[in-house]
Amino acid sequence: MGEALLRLDGLAKSFGALRVTDAVTLDIKVGELHALIGPNGAGKTSLIHQLSGALAPDAGRVLFDGQDVTHLPMHARARRGLARTFQITSVLPRFTALENAALAVQSRQGSSFRFFGHAAAEEELNRQALEALAVVGLAGRAGVPAGELSHGEQRGLELAVALALEPKLILLDEPMAGAGVPESQRLVEILRGLKGRYTILLVEHDMQAVFALADQVSVLVNGRLIATGHPDAVRADAQVRAAYLGEAA
Amino acid sequence: MQDAAVETSARELPRPRVASFALPALLFALLALTPLIGLVGPERYLLGLVTRAMIFAIAAIGLDLALGCGGLVSFGHAAFIGIGGYAAGILNVAGIDDVALVLAASLGASALFALATGSISLKTRGVHFIMITLAFGQMAYFVANSLKAYGGDDGLTLTNRVTLVGRDVFGGTYAFFYLVLALLILVYLSARAISASRFGRVLRGAKDNETRMAAIGFNPYPFRLTAYVISGVMAGLAGFLLAEQSEFVSPAFMTWQRSGDLIIMVMLGGIASLDGAILGALIVVLAEEMLAGVTEHWRVIFGPFLVLVALFARGGLIGLVRGRRHG
Amino acid sequence: MSTALLAVQTLNGLQLGVLLFLIAAGLTLVFGVMDFINLAHGVQYMLGAYFAVTFYGVTGSFLLALLLSLAAAMALGLLLEIVIFRHLYGRDHLDQVLATFGIILFVEEGVRMIFGPTSLSLPMPEMLSGAIELMPRLLYPIYRLAIIAAGIGVAILLYVLVNHTRVGMLVRAGASNAPMVSALGVDIGRLFMIIFGFGAMLAGFAGVMVAPILSVEPNMGDNLLILAFVVIVIGGIGSVRGAFIAALLVGLVDTLGRSFASDILRTVLSSSAANQAGPALASMLTYVLMAAVLFFRPAGLFPVRR
Repeated sequence: MGEALLRLDGLAKSFGALRVTDAVTLDIKVGELHALIGPNGAGKTSLIHQLSGALAPDAGRVLFDGQDVTHLPMHARARRGLARTFQITSVLPRFTALENAALAVQSRQGSSFRFFGHAAAEEELNRQALEALAVVGLAGRAGVPAGELSHGEQRGLELAVALALEPKLILLDEPMAGAGVPESQRLVEILRGLKGRYTILLVEHDMQAVFALADQVSVLVNGRLIATGHPDAVRADAQVRAAYLGEAA
Repeated sequence: MQDAAVETSARELPRPRVASFALPALLFALLALTPLIGLVGPERYLLGLVTRAMIFAIAAIGLDLALGCGGLVSFGHAAFIGIGGYAAGILNVAGIDDVALVLAASLGASALFALATGSISLKTRGVHFIMITLAFGQMAYFVANSLKAYGGDDGLTLTNRVTLVGRDVFGGTYAFFYLVLALLILVYLSARAISASRFGRVLRGAKDNETRMAAIGFNPYPFRLTAYVISGVMAGLAGFLLAEQSEFVSPAFMTWQRSGDLIIMVMLGGIASLDGAILGALIVVLAEEMLAGVTEHWRVIFGPFLVLVALFARGGLIGLVRGRRHG
Repeated sequence: MSTALLAVQTLNGLQLGVLLFLIAAGLTLVFGVMDFINLAHGVQYMLGAYFAVTFYGVTGSFLLALLLSLAAAMALGLLLEIVIFRHLYGRDHLDQVLATFGIILFVEEGVRMIFGPTSLSLPMPEMLSGAIELMPRLLYPIYRLAIIAAGIGVAILLYVLVNHTRVGMLVRAGASNAPMVSALGVDIGRLFMIIFGFGAMLAGFAGVMVAPILSVEPNMGDNLLILAFVVIVIGGIGSVRGAFIAALLVGLVDTLGRSFASDILRTVLSSSAANQAGPALASMLTYVLMAAVLFFRPAGLFPVRR
């Protein structure tokens, strides 16, 4: 683990009088699995939106791989290796699971301005897409339209699509929201297998998962980072216990 | 262990579903046999009518590519038909008759108009996109209306059809019919290829979920603009053919009602189905003529028919035939 | 270009604006609250005129014809809503376009069948006929002033209804977030019916008012429909206030533009060029206006916050 792959520098965002992001400064190092926790309404998803390009910050910078991406649109950041999943699953419902992933592969492989040739039959794209699906255990469901997958499977598909991009950084926005215990455990195992190969920023409520996986933990309360560091240190932090963990730990 | 799983699945890899060619093949075969209808009725008139229907089918396929695949509801597409037609008419007045030049002008003018208006319109979305395309369509109509040198609102009569090295390209009614049929098949196959291609897949994906596409690195704008231009060129081709068929072009080709007709053709057939666009165009053009022969008040029957299709045949008539529903 | 001409055309522009408002008000509410594109709104206007002609033929009184026509227009609006439109809420806009287009065909042809294709007219009510002298040498028809007054009256009435009654509050809430209103326990079905019926009545009212001065024919609503859509896009979908301002703006721009475009162009172009370009430019003005508004305010002048 070395230099910062993702650097947040004084990010700030307000909606009217509500400050959802308050001078957030944070480094996420290459290869790290960094968890971001905080109570509901702390501003975690808004922060993810600002990192991925869905929302423009009022102030501050986002530096990815050494470059200032603060004002780059989402698709440009994705092209540079910044992938994300969505809290409310967002797939292409009328495309099969395989095609969802294959499109991600297509995005980084060659030109999409090809007007002839049957895209869905391209072996190389499909092979890589299938590999991504296999990581999350969806290989057997490759031919199912994404809209017909179960909620849990759709969440898995989102991760597979992110992986198919072969990104440098993956932003995971509450991947275990609404998942039952066995499914969460499965997801933890999958993420454990990805550790080191990808840099991951994991936004989560599920404390078991967080403390099982994270190399570093940051705590966001009312838009401000009140603690950041090794999981054990954060767990023991008095401020954090008072604001957040006191309820759930 | 993971490799084994991948291998097993690779064997069972689902073959990508290819919409059957049966229906369009049937349609084209029927169309090819149309001249036999001369055995039962006034040939030239019927042939001319079906030719006209096929020309509108070409425009409808173009619109379906933008609308069905791209989700771009253009309410000004008749403008491209008009532009294609007027290019032919204006060059005719200037004494230029070579088919290569005139066709190039029709298609080129349509492409330019599509590029110029599309680049602006595509910065908007939803109902605003519909209204901006309507606005541009209306502007084209008003300009055509004001061109006194080219007939104004009376329209422009072409003195002759295009020629190839001095010889009449389109020949008589039969030759023209089969030429249009060939072009229709060509346009249809191109549209299908484009839709299934990498380009088409991005377009269709952006229609389904734009945010998801952005998250995997696709900017929809250049794809949509390209689709809009292709679709405009197809409609421009239709305009060229229309002008050549009737040796006449007028602003009436470009009214918002004509743009609405195109949308109806696409919707009736079944949005995004491409063959549906052909079916829709055939029904609208033929129904208008044939029902009009039965009663001049045919609209009183056609209207409720459209309402019923909207209410009960989701996916248009093609959806009914194929038992499919569109999203 | 005399002051008198300018004054007359301004008044004419206000008249067109007021008529556009009557049509656009219902259209913007239906689109804003029910997310429903109703192309058939133009025929509601046309039917208002035909109702007026019919009821006048029966009763001989303009006032009675007006009242009966309003009732008939509302009844017809409700009928369409119950039988057809409510099955299309939540469907793709294009499905709604297909269905309402079918209704236009049916109604326009039906009217043609019943009344014939030639245009009809309605005699002007005695009380409002004649002209008054607004300025020296400027005579303006009283009836047209009455239309402007009626339109402004309806606008005030709508303002009071929408902003100071409970139903109006529900309408405004619905324009902002219809599912939420429903989730709060309001009978959303009834609210939609009220909006639809009222909107249809307003469009019909415009048709009645216009019957004495324009030719009553089956496709009289077509071009006003398109203008009405331009109005609601400029004004902001779902906003009645937006529809009012935009309607007046469009009415003035269109009328004044048509009158003076050639004259204004003559200052920079040759006379013949100006005469050719004038009408074309005038026709385009409303669309140019719409494009300009959308450029600076992409959601219209008075967007409803969602």
